[in-house]
Amino acid sequence: MDAQISKEAYEIAAKQKKLGYQIKRNKASYLMLAPYFILFFLFTVLPVVISIGLSFTYFNMLEAPTFVGWKNYIKLFLEDDIFLISLKNTLIFAVITGPVSYILCLLFAWIINEFKGKVRAFLTLIFYAPSICGNAYMVWNLILTGDRYGYLNGILLKFGFIDEAILWMKTEKYVLPVLIVVQLWLSLGTGFLSFIAGLQTVDKSLYEAAALDGIKNRWQELWYVTLPSMKPQLMFGAVMQITQSFAVADISIQLAGNPSVNYAGATVVTHLLDYGSTRFEMGYASAIATVLFLLMIGTNKLVQRILRRVGE
Amino acid sequence: MADTKKKLKNPFRKRPKEKRLNRSVAGNGILFFLMAVCGVFMALPLVMIINNSLKPLDEIFQFPPKIFVRNPTLENFSDLFVLMNNSWVPFSRYILNTIIITGLGMVGHVICASLAAYPLAKHHFPGKGILFSMVVLSMMFSWTVTQIPQYIIISWLGINNTYAALILPAFSFGMGLYLMKQFMEQLPDSLMESARLDGASEWKIFWSIVMPNVKPAWLTLAIFQFQQMWGNTGGLFLRNEELKPLQYALQQITAGGTARAGAAAAVTFIVAAVPIIFFLICQSNVLETMTTSGMKD
Repeated sequence: MDAQISKEAYEIAAKQKKLGYQIKRNKASYLMLAPYFILFFLFTVLPVVISIGLSFTYFNMLEAPTFVGWKNYIKLFLEDDIFLISLKNTLIFAVITGPVSYILCLLFAWIINEFKGKVRAFLTLIFYAPSICGNAYMVWNLILTGDRYGYLNGILLKFGFIDEAILWMKTEKYVLPVLIVVQLWLSLGTGFLSFIAGLQTVDKSLYEAAALDGIKNRWQELWYVTLPSMKPQLMFGAVMQITQSFAVADISIQLAGNPSVNYAGATVVTHLLDYGSTRFEMGYASAIATVLFLLMIGTNKLVQRILRRVGE
Repeated sequence: MADTKKKLKNPFRKRPKEKRLNRSVAGNGILFFLMAVCGVFMALPLVMIINNSLKPLDEIFQFPPKIFVRNPTLENFSDLFVLMNNSWVPFSRYILNTIIITGLGMVGHVICASLAAYPLAKHHFPGKGILFSMVVLSMMFSWTVTQIPQYIIISWLGINNTYAALILPAFSFGMGLYLMKQFMEQLPDSLMESARLDGASEWKIFWSIVMPNVKPAWLTLAIFQFQQMWGNTGGLFLRNEELKPLQYALQQITAGGTARAGAAAAVTFIVAAVPIIFFLICQSNVLETMTTSGMKD
């Protein structure tokens, strides 16, 4: 009797394992996925796969691509000095702006959440303003103007810190630090808003329970209650931060120019744009994009591992 | 002034004040000060855009440039309206194009992404892990190089030079699905389980239980997507003049250079003002949900 039941159970289990049965059972799930993923495969996955394929070719966008094997990658790492400079710049840039921006987003979202009503809505707008005003970083052109009429030079001259105006974006040693400051100023974007939304979903009764359990100040509350309850948003913010920090290009081109002074502001993506949209060497540009892609995937793995430990 | 107000308020209005735990007055003071100082820096672009749009021409060209306007005027806006009336295609057409592209691109994306995020967050089925990681990874590939293959695919589908060339790819941006999935993951399973026992279909659960509970998420997503679509100029995909969005027409006006500096300042103002208004509408609702949502267990 027992043997028969277990045999039936085994048959049912085997049936459930079959893919066809699984698909039938989860029909609703797959139907819900369909509209998004059909478009996603067409307009995102396919182009990415094609681009990775093109990275093994020579492709000038006029003639058909010709297969060249690993040549683009070999050239990238062994012959292209500017790529190595831009890679170094990007890494410095990402290692500094990534974590700092991320913490700023979290900190400001959390502080703004401390306020109520209209003040909070107003503060959210003010702090999100640089991200919503299109190319708001153009303001920095005024601040960083190289003559003595630039605001920064003006202030420094007035208080006697410097004797003559500094050409901020034309002096090699200032370019990268200035770009980092501007990026930090711009950093309250996607991650920031998603944290603000995430803070709204934290269960309020947890705070009361925590107060009874002996949590004494707002910092403890943040670490032991708030952050663990918004882990999904923290993960999301981290991915957005990685994609932004590694893909920086616009501010470099707008403020320092492309090419910048002695490539001081060159990043992987400015290098990619140089090849892709100026020289029309799409194969080579695709190889750059693929390397950047792998770099981001690696960083993402590392960061997700760190974030799992929040609140422990 | 603020002090006297406070003194007056307390004895007369006995509204039960929501008291927050673990908050010190000194801490509040420091935070407020910090926000005020940082706020000045962050508000800089807003202040500049507003002031520039009100400056008469001589102040726009003044050197060294000043941030604040001295003789505010609306001339720039009237100049802009004159230029708009001279456009080749009636200006209202550009506005209509933008409404279609931005509106459909935003609503469609929010619906498609949320619909796909729900099973990824709450159902168990084969292929789930792979699909989700593909979406996350796709955000890390530089769009500069995928543009060319994308153009080829769009031409192959025969939707080049139609609204669909901008709208359909927008439905499947990676970020939206990721954002929605992360928020839905937090909903307690018991919420859906009890609805299932009552005989509700998955579609019904999605629409009347999941979506209302992640309102802050999709309102935030709507802001992101609106900004994205609003900034689109049609680029490679729209060639016909009468299909191009407002953003393109405004750029054409500012491309007039020095002679149109005044109108250009007004354009910058309008380009920033529309997403800001949309932002404020959505954001005030994000904050509102805080008081009304009590669905969590």
